[in-house]
Amino acid sequence: MQISESWLREWVNPDIDTAQLLKIVTMAGLEVDGTEPAANVFSGVVVAEVLACDKHPDADKLSVCSVSDGKDTFQVVCGAPNVRAGLKVPFALVGAVLGEDFRIKRAKLRGVESCGMLCSSEELGLAETADGLLELPGDATIGMDIREYLQLEDTLIEIDLTPNRGDCLSIKGLAREVGVLTRTAVTFPHIETIPASIELEFPVELASPSDCPRYLGRIIRNINPDAETPLWMQEKLRRCGLRSIDPVVDVTNFVLMELGHPMHAFDFDKLQGGIRVRRANAGEKLVLLDGREVSMTQETLVIADHDKALAMAGVMGGKHSAVGASTRNIFLESAFFDPVAIAGRARSYGMHTDAGHRYERGVDYSLAPLAMERATALLLEIVGGEAGPVTEALASLPQKSPILLRRKRISALLGLSLPDGEVEDILQRLGLELLENTAEGWIFTVPPWRFDISIEADLIEELARVHGYDHLPVSLPTARMKLQKVPESRLPVRDLRRTMVNLGYQEVVTYSFVDCELDRVLREDGEIAGSQLALSNPISQDMAVMRGSLWPGLIVTLKHNQNRQQNRLRLFETGLTFINKNNVLEQKAKVACLLWGAAMPEQWAERERSLDFYDIKGDIEILTGTSQMVSYAADTHPALHGGQSARLELHGKTLGWIGALHPRLQQELDIPGKIYIAELNLDMLCKRQVPVNAELSRFPTVRRDLALVLPQGVKADEVLAVLGESAGELLLELSVFDQYQGDNIEKGKKSLALGLTFQHSSRTLSDSDINPIIDSCIKALEAKFNAELR
Amino acid sequence: MDNLQALTDSALAAVAASGSLVELENLRVQYLGKKGSLTEERKGLGSLSAEERPAAGALINKAIGQVQQAIEARRESMEAEEAERRLASEKIDVSLPGRRQSRGGLHPVTRTIERMESLFTSAGFEVVEGPEVEDDYHNFEALNIPAHHPARAMHDTFYFDASTLLRTHTSNVQIRVMENGKPPFRIICPGRVYRCDSDMTHTPMFHQVEGLVVDQGTNFADLKGLIADFLQSFFEAELAVRFRPSYFPFTEPSAEVDVQCVACRGKGCRICKQTGWLEIMGCGMVHPKVLEMSGVDSEIWTGFAFGMGVDRLAMLRYQIRDLRQLFENDMRFLRQFH
Repeated sequence: MQISESWLREWVNPDIDTAQLLKIVTMAGLEVDGTEPAANVFSGVVVAEVLACDKHPDADKLSVCSVSDGKDTFQVVCGAPNVRAGLKVPFALVGAVLGEDFRIKRAKLRGVESCGMLCSSEELGLAETADGLLELPGDATIGMDIREYLQLEDTLIEIDLTPNRGDCLSIKGLAREVGVLTRTAVTFPHIETIPASIELEFPVELASPSDCPRYLGRIIRNINPDAETPLWMQEKLRRCGLRSIDPVVDVTNFVLMELGHPMHAFDFDKLQGGIRVRRANAGEKLVLLDGREVSMTQETLVIADHDKALAMAGVMGGKHSAVGASTRNIFLESAFFDPVAIAGRARSYGMHTDAGHRYERGVDYSLAPLAMERATALLLEIVGGEAGPVTEALASLPQKSPILLRRKRISALLGLSLPDGEVEDILQRLGLELLENTAEGWIFTVPPWRFDISIEADLIEELARVHGYDHLPVSLPTARMKLQKVPESRLPVRDLRRTMVNLGYQEVVTYSFVDCELDRVLREDGEIAGSQLALSNPISQDMAVMRGSLWPGLIVTLKHNQNRQQNRLRLFETGLTFINKNNVLEQKAKVACLLWGAAMPEQWAERERSLDFYDIKGDIEILTGTSQMVSYAADTHPALHGGQSARLELHGKTLGWIGALHPRLQQELDIPGKIYIAELNLDMLCKRQVPVNAELSRFPTVRRDLALVLPQGVKADEVLAVLGESAGELLLELSVFDQYQGDNIEKGKKSLALGLTFQHSSRTLSDSDINPIIDSCIKALEAKFNAELR
Repeated sequence: MDNLQALTDSALAAVAASGSLVELENLRVQYLGKKGSLTEERKGLGSLSAEERPAAGALINKAIGQVQQAIEARRESMEAEEAERRLASEKIDVSLPGRRQSRGGLHPVTRTIERMESLFTSAGFEVVEGPEVEDDYHNFEALNIPAHHPARAMHDTFYFDASTLLRTHTSNVQIRVMENGKPPFRIICPGRVYRCDSDMTHTPMFHQVEGLVVDQGTNFADLKGLIADFLQSFFEAELAVRFRPSYFPFTEPSAEVDVQCVACRGKGCRICKQTGWLEIMGCGMVHPKVLEMSGVDSEIWTGFAFGMGVDRLAMLRYQIRDLRQLFENDMRFLRQFH
């Protein structure tokens, strides 16, 4: 909300400068977001009167005026359409400086001398645009400096109010708050009750009394359609960020800013029968002031007549009954709407209005009659006419329950005992009424403008706020030194990240929402519909669905960096993935990595080598650790190369996937070279065995190597499994140290070289121990795979 | 005997002049071998009388010993030279880079979260995580933000359907912890949060660390102390900290925390918009309704909560000017944090 400091000071004028005022307000929770001067820098502009105005001899659109500043008379050439004799206008004398460096000089315009310039509000920086001179009131003092006349030495203050402080959304509310904080008296303007000069009334019916328990209406007849909003009001509105529209609307806006009470004016001649405040019928249509037609729900409160909905209550008026140039008779509304009936309604129709903003935060329900009188008085003054009596429909207004404030709760929450006197002083200054002193503390009632105070803690916040947060004590929490549980069988994720970093991977953080199509092609379930979780209000198409894997983010990162001259990448990310399974959402933490480019960075000591599957597999083997019995099952994944992909299994469950990105996808992504990716379930990965020591044997180990020729399709881990079984318990280690296929090997076959290491726990092994074992191994391999010794 | 002296002299001269181990070996054979010229001198002893023989023999032995010693000495020095030469020939350029895989690194956000976790766990806080796709109850209702509450407008929520959304803060985790546990609680909840907002200074996803302390007798003074302690420890500087009243539906009293600008130390600069202060987090005493809704008796237990933006802390700590850089994952940017 933007307000003018000078308007605020008309109400409350503490003896402090602007900076101090802003600081006090900010430190009380009404955060000042910024300030700006009320007008541009300029000097040498005074109030002047146009004495005479003649046509320029050589220019149709120019006038030659005689202008008086009270002391001298000047000849001024002016191009404004509204220049005329008798007009009082701002006059920039020769030597005046407008803006940063626009100096007014004596000049000749089409051969006629001009001494000075008559100014528009745009030229003084009071408006964005203007289509003529700024017309000053007839009683403006000629010769007075315009900055003084318009009180332009003013600061516009932008205050960012939190949603609980609807009571401060006006000059009155802010003045009240400043008064409390600075212990300064607040001057309320005198608002008189305007007696009716006509008997005309319009009936009001509260058809939904809990939503609208109070509605005041009044007819004002025969207003002057040619009246204009006085300059002082235009200026006040401008300084609060409101544009002048027409006198009737300007008056309602003025009351809104001054008292914080929204008002609405209807064109009375468009109303039928009477006012009915009711819920909208489902699908009921209303064309709003801004021209938009909305189809309303039954949640929406409307102001209707006996014929149709006229306005969305507390939010925006309708076009049909809007006040316009032809309006002669108006019906003024000053109502209280329950915040619950208004909250969220404007937003649900994609709107935000000043009235809605205030009603949903709570408007002082005692204020409606005062606002009505204030608006009536201003209207009669500006547009004239005859006011009817105020019609009031009243149901039950909100009841504020008294609140018990216990002395011991103040110190329990704030760590501070405030003297009783200060407690009572602060709360009473804030307008709370002390009902009763009790043994424990006090009972207070809350004023009708504070919708944010309903429980004891709210009162304690008010005490802390006014006392000053910075004056509250400071300590450190104390707690029992109970050790936390640190299960050793649970590997911290940060250790896993460290492993990836040490393997040369760069961590990335990518958005959890990704492009729908990219996510779909990288999903394990591929084409199955319904597993994706789509946002109903995505920020853009490439952030439309929640990621089903971490791969889309890694691929996008690869593209981004490929476009920035990077030629090899090792990336990883940890985070949640989102998969709908039979309408149940699974949010699983994963770790994923991506390899692209040469296996090693370019270096003098190593030949460049292309990546292959075993590069990424080796890294994953280190990541999964030795205590994990992970197996790699050749399996197909829609996103992976059919011949170079594996499903990782751990204790019979899928731990993750590893492989080369499917060449078709790679082609579509237009990335040269192979891409290897893996993704593992983080929770499974973090479960570890606590190590158990086995006694070491003192006796030497015996190593035997086997070179086998096998059919190509036999997988290494199958061979290892058979060997492990046949070799028995003396086998200590088993390793594959060579794999070969090509020349010297029969087509369709491959050679595998294996190293077997044996050891006995209590004696030295001899050939007679080992030979039968090796024989049985070979027999088993022959039987199972048709293997031959090479 | 004259011949012996001449032979010895010539042998010593030849040894001194020899240039290689092979040459030296040849000299050894030539003079001291079975048929070597000095060895041959011994043959002449037979022609001498028994009286003369010992003296003459001693002379010959002395000459042989002399030459032997000279050869040994020469060999040792040659071997030493040879070893020197070998080392010299094996000399490498130690300034060439080592053989290795490329270096990896953590993202600055992770680095910051880990640092925050370390600070809080050192004071006995537990780190808890929770779901990102959340229901309306845990993100809003249980935090005293009913439907249509104006505070919801501040949250710019991403929705999936009427009751499912992306969490707008990690406060949902606090609710889940309180629902499932018994006080006292001392937790921090780091994680991703989402708001439907994207411009120069907002990304639709960002990170928060929220903290919750629920205990008997804990109060606003403890909150002030802990927050100041954290900020000073995080920035490793004695920065001033101030608390301003603010509003969050789930805390009462609520506060906004400003820390003295880390860049200008409060003098006023571009980063703090000339105010000398940086708005760094929101906090407050947990609203009694929030405690009650999650099954904590607010008459026995009091608590405070705080929430801060990790991305902003990372930006201030590492002098990152553009928030969006954090999520572009440009390697040139990320490598600076290795």
